[in-house]
Amino acid sequence: MIGLYSPGTSLIHRAPTLLKLFLLSLCVVLIGSSPNPWIVSGAAAGVVLLFLAARVPVRAAAAQIAPILLILLVTVPIQGLLSGWTVAALMAGRLLVAVALATLFTMTTTVTAVLEAFQKLLRPFRRFIDTDRVGLLVALTIRCIPLVSDIVREVFEARTARGTRGSLLSIAVPVVVRSLYAADALGEALVARGLDD
Amino acid sequence: MSSIRFEQVGQSFGDRCVLRNVNLSLTEHRIGIVGANGSGKSTLVRMINGLVTPTSGTVTVDGLDVARHARDVRRKVGFIFTNPDNQIVMPTVQEDVAFSLRRRGLSPAEIAERTAAALEQFGLSEHAEHPAHRLSGGQKQLLALASVLVARPATIVADEPTTLLDARNARRIGELLHTLPQQVIVVTHHLHLVEEFDRVIVIEEGMVVADGAPAQALAAYRALLQ
Repeated sequence: MIGLYSPGTSLIHRAPTLLKLFLLSLCVVLIGSSPNPWIVSGAAAGVVLLFLAARVPVRAAAAQIAPILLILLVTVPIQGLLSGWTVAALMAGRLLVAVALATLFTMTTTVTAVLEAFQKLLRPFRRFIDTDRVGLLVALTIRCIPLVSDIVREVFEARTARGTRGSLLSIAVPVVVRSLYAADALGEALVARGLDD
Repeated sequence: MSSIRFEQVGQSFGDRCVLRNVNLSLTEHRIGIVGANGSGKSTLVRMINGLVTPTSGTVTVDGLDVARHARDVRRKVGFIFTNPDNQIVMPTVQEDVAFSLRRRGLSPAEIAERTAAALEQFGLSEHAEHPAHRLSGGQKQLLALASVLVARPATIVADEPTTLLDARNARRIGELLHTLPQQVIVVTHHLHLVEEFDRVIVIEEGMVVADGAPAQALAAYRALLQ
């Protein structure tokens, strides 16, 4: 979601977020529990078609799916030797389809849309929790990931510039201190923008 | 223009006295505030929208006591921080602008329309769906301005808005601050930014030491630097 969203106007981009979320969950459960290799390979073909329909950049999508291949590289041979190659292929297919579908969801849905969907889902519980606040919490968490990674990068750069090679502690301390300062500043900005309760 | 009044305002953090005996009535369209690092000018402007509450004295905006009606005052007063990274609270450009319009009883269509207009005004339309953290420093400050102005405040307070920017972006932000219809109060070290303002106030060690037309006040400030 952080920079992974790829703008577009396809049917998949425009579909309601809750519907996408529901279909994603449904597909993952069905494929995860189906013992039939044909269904899994059919689902894989369907996912490819969905990617084509969404017209998301191939490279960015591949970068999201690639990490799971590393895991499969280890697990498939083990499972193949222990419980047979059909089971291993089935497991690999299920994982790939699930990760690809999740990637498609991420790449075609804005953070705002996801937040609104969460707020809708939480609406029945509105007596007990402030849905706006939960939404804000999630949004700020997402926003803070690049903020903190910038801080870590700057601390590393400062360390390199000074030519020192310290312990893990010499990185952790400035990162934590600066993150706390950034949190203070962000809090001040939230208050200034009217979120002062 | 809003009328912002400081009456006998003092502020101390523990033993350290940051502001003392400040009496000001700010009614001009464009007001510059200059002074050394640590002179108390940032604290002073933070009192206008209640980010800092004075330890003594009162600050009022259009007759509203900021300490007691902070929320109402913040609807009138928008605040721009030095570092736009800390001001951006949402992950994408468009979402950050729309964030300012939450809880105002606007329909989603109105929010979308006003957000698009604000992005257009600041030349950010093509970045609407981009992640905010990927913008350049100058674009981030433009985004901060757009996010504040979309809420239509009567007054904008900017705390060193050009300090982190390159010369070109600093000039762009400076020109925008010169042309805004809103009342503008700018804290800065870029003296040329306020040379054509209506009034310049010089703060030194927590006190107002010069106050008046830019030429005269800036001359007094330059004399202090000698």
